[in-house]
Amino acid sequence: MSRTLNPDSTTSSGLELRRVSIRLNGRGLVDIDIGIKPGEIVTLMGPSGSGKSSLLAHICGTLPSGRAAGFEVGGQVVLNGMSLDGLAPQDRHVGILFQDDLLFPHLSVGGNLAFALPSTIRGRDERRQRIDEALESAGLGGFTDRDPATLSGGQRARVALMRVLLSEPDALLLDEPFSKLDTELRDQIRTFVFDQARLRGLPTLMVTHDPEDGAAAGGRIVNPV
Amino acid sequence: MLRFFPAFTLILMIGPVCAGLIGTMLPAFGYLPALGGDGISIDPWRDLLRQPGLAISVRLSLVNGLVATLISFSLVMLFCAAWQGTRIFAVMQRLLSPILSVPHAAAAFGLAFLIAPSGWIVRAVAPFAGWDRPPDIVTLHDPMGIALIAGLVAKEIPFLLLMTLAALPQADADRTRQVVLTFGYGRVVGWLKAVLPRIYPQIRLPVLAVLAYSTSVVDVAMILGPTTPAPLAVRILGWLSDPDLSHRFLASAGAMLQLILVLMAIVIWRGGEKLAGFWGRVWAEGGMRGRRDGTLRRFAAGAAILSAGAVFLGLASLMVWSFAGYWSFPEFLPRSFSLRLWMREYDMLGAILWTTLVIAVLSVMVAIALVLGCLENETRRFQKPGQGAMLLIYLPLLMPQISFMFGLQVFFTGIGLERTLISVAIVHLIFVLPYVFLSLADPFRALDPRYGQTALCLGASPARVFWRVRLPLLTRAVLTACAVGLAVSVGQYLPTLLIGAGRFATVTTEAVALASGGDRRMIGIYGLLQMILPFAGFALALLIPAVVFRQRRGMADHNRV
Repeated sequence: MSRTLNPDSTTSSGLELRRVSIRLNGRGLVDIDIGIKPGEIVTLMGPSGSGKSSLLAHICGTLPSGRAAGFEVGGQVVLNGMSLDGLAPQDRHVGILFQDDLLFPHLSVGGNLAFALPSTIRGRDERRQRIDEALESAGLGGFTDRDPATLSGGQRARVALMRVLLSEPDALLLDEPFSKLDTELRDQIRTFVFDQARLRGLPTLMVTHDPEDGAAAGGRIVNPV
Repeated sequence: MLRFFPAFTLILMIGPVCAGLIGTMLPAFGYLPALGGDGISIDPWRDLLRQPGLAISVRLSLVNGLVATLISFSLVMLFCAAWQGTRIFAVMQRLLSPILSVPHAAAAFGLAFLIAPSGWIVRAVAPFAGWDRPPDIVTLHDPMGIALIAGLVAKEIPFLLLMTLAALPQADADRTRQVVLTFGYGRVVGWLKAVLPRIYPQIRLPVLAVLAYSTSVVDVAMILGPTTPAPLAVRILGWLSDPDLSHRFLASAGAMLQLILVLMAIVIWRGGEKLAGFWGRVWAEGGMRGRRDGTLRRFAAGAAILSAGAVFLGLASLMVWSFAGYWSFPEFLPRSFSLRLWMREYDMLGAILWTTLVIAVLSVMVAIALVLGCLENETRRFQKPGQGAMLLIYLPLLMPQISFMFGLQVFFTGIGLERTLISVAIVHLIFVLPYVFLSLADPFRALDPRYGQTALCLGASPARVFWRVRLPLLTRAVLTACAVGLAVSVGQYLPTLLIGAGRFATVTTEAVALASGGDRRMIGIYGLLQMILPFAGFALALLIPAVVFRQRRGMADHNRV
């Protein structure tokens, strides 16, 4: 297995999982080889406990390492031609959404978004404006100072998405992001998330056990094992 | 940097214990050059064995320690078995938790005021019994040490209950209980047969800590225990305080004997565990259902209420005495109340509170920083300390204080730190650290790891995730751990007295010093004073997050402790 940090000549953009495998205590969890182009949404289907979330954690760089954790990984994760292996999670520019919105309960809605906004965007007014615009585009204008706990499930889901997008990721991972939403809300949020991902040209990888998610994404559906 | 926290923390906890044990062991065998002991001899032991009533002191320490631990443990297990998962259980849990913050000495004084021949219980009965003077019975300092056992039990029940509560979820206690009920078992029997064996391994160390403490306690024994002779630890303190410095050798031998006693108590307890485990299996497999356990359940509730009630009434009694004017015997309340003594002591009280607070804040701040560093390190490295590390964390609580305090005093003298604020804060740290760790570890580990992952993926550095996400989310848990640490520090008697060599008057050293005097009004004042700081600490731990996060409803979930 070769590990290289050099830009690869064969592809230039998108998220590539080159023969990525994850083993837990010797048992194979995931084996996958796939390239996701910008704006493409690939769905990973499979029963829970099949290691799909471990794959997302591996791409993020948050998979527990070390002997005690018992994970063994192989292959290469490449984003826009750069290998991510060995990079710290915060340096990967990979955004993730979980089935819970995980908005920080100690911060306001605006505070949550400001947390994600890169510090390269300077100036109080400039930052405030970016946050207001993001909220506006999610149909949540004027919500900046609200307590996240007072929002509805759908509103929280949209704030969570805007938070990820404000962090300017180069790829988006979705870990069963719609499974906790009501049926009618689910379609609406799903459309919103997929539209935003395509609009920004983000290579998107979604894991789910809901066939409707896969159908709605309209992209390739693969089984990781 | 972070990776060195666990080792550094362990060194700060274990180092002084080891240095102290060595520093006690050498004089026990005659070696202490500063006092003219240059060679090795067993004279100190000969001297020790010649002390009148030594056998009785030894028996008192060993038997009282074992009995007090057995009673507190049994009552807590019985209460959990009878009421876990009910509303009464939740109520008792809330009632017992505050007692944890009451220093041992204050609780002991309160109990003493309650059960003394002229105490509240007798006064309540006196009109009906027709007593016009205190009955001639021995209820305090009784030669068997029953009052001492009662005091220890009342104070240890809340501790053991809390440790049991922490273990219950890991044993899946709720569902196990329900399954066993459907087999037709009574609540108590079902719990004892199915849940207890699963949680015991997790509460073994706290139980052993209670055992070690009860076997070697000094302050509670001075307040409630037998006096002629006293339990061994009290007598050792007497020898250590003797103006004749040659008694230090004798005291060191006694301190070693105390260590042996604690180890013996632990061995006996472990033997009992084995027997109980064996008979327990036979009992469990016998299939006896114990369906009619109403009486047993009422007894368990009664015992828990009695133990909590005794502490609360005792504290109330301290308060009444501190304000009492003239108060003759059969009267239930004083004829008049007065602020005179509070006024007279006012200047003293401020200084004493200040000293107590400075020592406590120093040790708690260091402890909380170290513990947070250890926990953050384990989160980043995805590794939890094993069983061995837990034993090390408990080590300071398993060693009798008196067995290493004198040696530590010698050690601090050797490095030029004798009788300084720093050395007192360091010894407090030895005991504050384990409790702060135990208090903070569970909430820290229970925090949803996806918050951290989300924050990292949003581009935040690990340091930013800690300061801006994990720490704010854990505000209440961190403040509670600080309050626990504060209460532990405030309650320290022996370490403050011996390492400070009397230079640092804290609320606890002053209160215990009054024990032999018998001035109830003064004891009332200083007993109350002992509770002011711990209660203020816990009140702030509740109040601060409630105010800071008053606009953040979602923090309520993170504010549960």
